[in-house]
This record gives sequence, C-alpha cells and structure tokens, in this order.
Amino acid sequence: MAKTNGLCLGISEQEARLKDYIEKTGRDPSLLLSYLQEAQEIFGYLPEEVQVIISKETGIPLADIYGVVTFYSQFTLVPKGRNSISVCLGTACYVKGAGDILARIKELLNIEVGGVTEDGLFSLDATRCVGACGLAPVVLINKDVYPKMTVDAVEEVLKKYRNKEEPGE
Amino acid sequence: MESQQELEVVKTCKCACRGTSDTRITVGLATCGIAAGARHVYDALLDEVKKRCLDNVKVMQTGCIGVCRLEPIVEVIEPGKKKVTYVSVTPDMAARIIEQHVVGGDIVKEFTVRLDTGGETADSAITSIADTEFYDKQRRIALRNCGIIDPESIEDYIATGGYLALKKALTEMRPADIIDTVKASGLRGRGGAGFPTGAKWSFAAAEPPGQKYICCNADEGDPGAFMDRAVLEGDPHSVIEAMIIAGYAIGAEEGYIYVRAEYPVAVSRLKIAIKQAEEHGFIGKNILDSGFDFKLNIRLGAGAFVCGEETALMTSIEGKRGEPHPRPPFPAVKGLFQRPTVLNNVETFANIPMIILEGPEEFASVGTEKSKGTKVFALGGKIKNTGLVEIPMGTTLRTIVEDIGGGVPNGKRFKAAQTGGPSGGCIPASHLDTPIEYESLVAIGSMMGSGGLIIMDEDNCMVDIAKFFLEFTVDESCGKCAPCRIGTKRLYEILEKITEGKGEMEDLELLEELAVHIKENSLCGLGQTAPNPVLSTMRYFKDEYIAHIRDRKCPAGVCKALLKHVIDPDKCVGCGMCAKNCPTGAITGKLKEKHVIHTDKCINCGVCAEKCKFGAISKG
Repeated sequence: MAKTNGLCLGISEQEARLKDYIEKTGRDPSLLLSYLQEAQEIFGYLPEEVQVIISKETGIPLADIYGVVTFYSQFTLVPKGRNSISVCLGTACYVKGAGDILARIKELLNIEVGGVTEDGLFSLDATRCVGACGLAPVVLINKDVYPKMTVDAVEEVLKKYRNKEEPGE
Repeated sequence: MESQQELEVVKTCKCACRGTSDTRITVGLATCGIAAGARHVYDALLDEVKKRCLDNVKVMQTGCIGVCRLEPIVEVIEPGKKKVTYVSVTPDMAARIIEQHVVGGDIVKEFTVRLDTGGETADSAITSIADTEFYDKQRRIALRNCGIIDPESIEDYIATGGYLALKKALTEMRPADIIDTVKASGLRGRGGAGFPTGAKWSFAAAEPPGQKYICCNADEGDPGAFMDRAVLEGDPHSVIEAMIIAGYAIGAEEGYIYVRAEYPVAVSRLKIAIKQAEEHGFIGKNILDSGFDFKLNIRLGAGAFVCGEETALMTSIEGKRGEPHPRPPFPAVKGLFQRPTVLNNVETFANIPMIILEGPEEFASVGTEKSKGTKVFALGGKIKNTGLVEIPMGTTLRTIVEDIGGGVPNGKRFKAAQTGGPSGGCIPASHLDTPIEYESLVAIGSMMGSGGLIIMDEDNCMVDIAKFFLEFTVDESCGKCAPCRIGTKRLYEILEKITEGKGEMEDLELLEELAVHIKENSLCGLGQTAPNPVLSTMRYFKDEYIAHIRDRKCPAGVCKALLKHVIDPDKCVGCGMCAKNCPTGAITGKLKEKHVIHTDKCINCGVCAEKCKFGAISKG
C-alpha cells in the first residue's frame, strides 16, 4: 500500500479503521475530538474528505466539524512533514533563548513556522509549553524530546533525521 | 479487590515486602527523566543486576523526584540505611554504581547529588537529596509519593496507604461529613483562583439528586507550569482516589479527567491506573461493598489554552469548540451536559486523600490563616536549581529563589519572578520577602496561578516579556467576546510598537486604559487576566518602558530594533577587522586610527563585535 504523508483516500483499510472506531464508541457526538484525533493518527491530517466521513458516520454537521478542526491547534488541514519539529516557546524556554533556536532551524531548513520542507522531510511548529521547563530550552522532533538545546547543536540533530533510513519512526 | 479486608491484606503484604532485605533502586522516569536519557540508564541497571544475579535488588521506575536539571536521577535505598541520590547518571555510571555501591558497599561519592543552595556551594558530605536545603525546606503533601513509588503499580500505591482514604470515606463517613472535612481543612483550588474547595463541593451536593459529574482539570496550559504533569506521571492513583471520594460526597457517579494531549506519558499512566483501579474494584459497581458506583473517563485536549477555563473545558468534553459560558449559572449548578458538576485541578485533588485519611487538622496546621496547606511550584528560567518544589504557604519568595533555587546563575542579578503564567505578574526584588499566599500575591499585582515560577535576570527586558505574554494570549483567545478578541490584539500592537522604538508617551496611558477595560469586560478568566503582565511590568518597571519610548533604548539589550553597536574609542586600535567584515560598509576608519560605526547604515547584525579581538565593540 503506497503511503504519501500518511494519506491514502479511498483505501478501504484506513477508512474502515476510522469507521470502526466511531461505531465501537457509539457514534457519540460528544466524542468528536477523539474521532478527529484518531482520524489524524490514521490519515496524518484532516482534509475535507475525512471530515465528511466523520460527518456521515456521526450525523454532526460538516460546518460544526470544520469549526472544531480550525479551533484546536492540534488539528491540521495540511499534511505535516515526515518529521515534525516543535520548538517550545513557553516562558521558561523563551527566557533561555528558544527564539534563537527557532531562528536557526528556520535558517537551516529554509521554511517558516507552520511550513514543510520541499522534500517533505521536516515540518516546523512553535508549540506552547510542553511542561519540561526544568530542561529548558526544549525541542521535540516526533516523540523525541531534546532537552537543554543550543543553537550550535541544531544542525547535528537535524542531520540525525536526514540520515535515518525510515524517517519519522 | 472485592472487600475491605483484601485491601488490608495487600497493604500488609506489600509493606512487609518493602521492609525486607531487598535493596530498591529507583530511576526517575517522568518526562524530564526520559528526555534526559533515563530509559537507557534503567536498562543498564537492569542488565547489571541480571548479569550479577542480584536477586535481592529491585530496579524500579518512579516519577518526578524534583530536581529536573540533574536528571537522570537514580536513588539507592538499602534496608536500614539512608537513601543515596545519584545525579546526571549515564549507563556507564550505572554499572559502576552497582559494582562499587550495591555490591561493594562503597558509595560512589563523585556521582552523588551536588546542589548549590542558600548562596553556598554544594556540601560534598551530603549524599542524599533529602538532606539538601532544596528538600528540607519543602513539605511534600501533594507530591508525597512522587519519586518514591512506581506510578504504574497500584500495589505500591496501596502499600503507602493508598485507597485507605476512599475506604474510610465510603464506610465510615456520610457525604456531608466529607464536605465538612474538606471545608475544615481550608483547602482552596490550586488551579490558580483559590476558590474554597469544600464550598464548591457543597454547592453541587445541594443540587437535587440526579446525573452529576466530577471533572479534573489536567489541561495545565500555563507556560512554565508542570506541577500537574508530575502528579499525573508520578502518582496518578491519588487523583483517581480523590475523584471517587468527591463523587461520593456530591452524589456524582461519573467523572472525566480532561488531560492535555501534549502529556503522552501522563495520559498513558492515567490509563494504566484507571484500568488497575477497575480491576481492584475501586472503580465500578458497589465499590468496597458500599453500594456506591463510579465510572471514570479520560478525555484528551487538543491544544487550546482556553480549555483550561472550567466552562470551556466542559464545552470541549461535549465535543465542541472550547468557548466559555457566562456565569451564573456556575458549573456546580449547571455544568457538563447542563448537569451539576464539580471541577477541580489535579493538585487540589492530590491533597484530598491525606485530608480525609488523617483528618483536616493536620493539613490546616500547615500554611497561614487564609491559605492553608502547601503549594507546588515549578521553578524555571534563570535559576540554578530548576525543578519542582512543594512549600508550605507563607514561605517567602526569597526562600524559594535563594535557598531552594540556589539563586541566579552566571553571576547575574535577579530582576523579577513571574508567577501565574499569562494571567499573572512580575514580582521585583523589592518584594522578595512577600509570603506566598493567595491574597498577598494579588496585593502586589500578581497572583498564585497554577504554580509556574519563572525567574528573570538583568538580561531579560520586561517590555519584551509583556509583549511575549500578549502574543500568547492573542493567539489563544477563543474569539467569543469582543473585549478579549479585539482588546488583547490592540494591547499587543502597542507593545510591539514600543519594542520597535516607535512608541509615544501617550501609549502608556492608552495601555492602562485598555488594560482596565479588558479586565472588566471580558467573558472569562483568560481575557480578565490577560492584561496583568502589562499592568505589573508597568507598575514595577516603568523606567524600562520610558527608556524604550523616550530614549529609544532597551536597557536589557534585548529589543533588536533598539540596539546600537558602538566602538569604544579607548579600546579601538584601528586594526580594521570590523570594517572588513561589515556587510553594509557601515564602519569607516583609517588603519591604526579609531574606527566609527555609522548608525544609518548599521543593521545591528553583530559581526563586528564578534570579529573584534580587543573587546572594543558593544551593543546597548
């Protein structure tokens, strides 16, 4: 099964997985956030087609679903890179220079915050506080947490992901 | 777990096991520990123990020990001996600890805890974190089990007295007794606003019987705050036990824990803990033969700071955009799904089991007259000992910053302590002797908040900090009410103007006027407190605002648009390196003569200062 940034519409396996989850949990409108989180896990992002699936399965109007998707920052309407970089800009990280680290990453990858590199390898976000303030400044790449990050260490860390055979694991 | 007798049996058995000849080695495996590489250390310790066939040595995981900066932290607890704390442990060090200390009986002194506290350098004779000033000034109630028990073991929780409070509540107390006990303890909400917990429970209990809910606010959105994360990752059962007790007290048979998705370790440990509690019969039907049923659900947040506000949180659980509702009606009357609901913060709940089990007097004996008990603070920023501390209310800020925190590193000067996150304010050095209490912090222009405590030094610009907080608030405003949606944006724009050197003196009046208007007219706590960072920095650091506006200078050297690089003629030898490297040709001067930077061409890139070998170029 071909995989392009996680999304394969029309492939019955992914759709079935989502529909199955919605059915198993009772098609409960109050579980909309859970359905969207599951859908984003399966498809990688939440294009209109996926929102339509959820609308049809739950009866929630598409406009309401769109309203929820655009309200919460966890949800994305566009595909992310295979490796998702998040620079924490919480207060503790900010006073310890997280802004300079973000600038360095932007410079090295030539993308803005919210953007994806041309080869789809990296996407960059600035996050809210992730709660590891004792180890500020903190950068997350996928589920890896990099504590006490410095501007000089950025290039080496990014190289690690370039060199990996199966990026984003 | 079908009966109370079985609960006692497990407790006795586990206590006995804990008291035997087993040596315990605990490894801090909360998010900070994992980020610092503690999993590899844990694996290395397990390997060594297996290799050497040490049957009476148990390696176990634990939650946050408190000194995040020193992770990975490993503690060796031998029966009858004081525990030894090893810090910044690597897998190689782990092997040596086993060989030299656990097998050989000789503590590896050079790996043990070193903490500068109270203005003094570390005492090398200390080998246990419990003996450092960092710890002995603390009083751990909410964090009593964190760093001690394995958070993924309900047996460990029971062995230290867990679920005995629930047993007492369900079998020896009536709901009204529980509420009276909580009232008598003086416990106030630890989420930031400090509303009396007992009173809140009594309002919901007074509503007619029917569907009611208990909610736990585990959204912890304040930047710089990680107190709740530590409790959820280190002692999740304490929250679960408290929620069941609360349910019994108000007549609610269902609860929701709303936890932010950015805390995956906390979510995972909570799920494990709930499953274990269900298997042991603490959640489900007819708990401990009391006839009381309780069901507990987890809901994940999706990245919206406003969902930490109680009505917005409930709207989010209902599957909608997290927009707050006007109050009244208050959630205790009409909350989740329009039913009576009690919502409390994680730390508030974490205090409940102790209050129920030991009675309210013990808790009320700690703290001050109006602020009872303790408060957990997440110490971060420009401070030597970053980490988590729990101190009795009434402790001064100075004690936390200097004695426990060890002061500001790198010889820099303390400038301000920021409490309350984006809702709070900056406290200058002149107020360091303020005791930590709800009312006293409000009086000096800040607030308790959830517990984030960020220290700033002379290199932080207070106007820039105010702008930083407003940028956050503008982004997180839900947009429902005009004063917050439009007002915070205007506040931010004025601050941006000032930090770019385009401010005017009238802007200061405008900031104050806008701030008051937003505070008085916003729908929820986010908007009502958003102007606080501006108001408090203007109160204590007005000179910095004036310097930005009148003199077009940033005294702390942060606001890039206001920095000017300047050559000190006394130090300049005329080597020409600066001029050679200047990308805009802004520097002129003859060889061996003083050089000069022309500010109209200077873009403040700083290359000249980097290249100058004589330290003649500085920015200011």
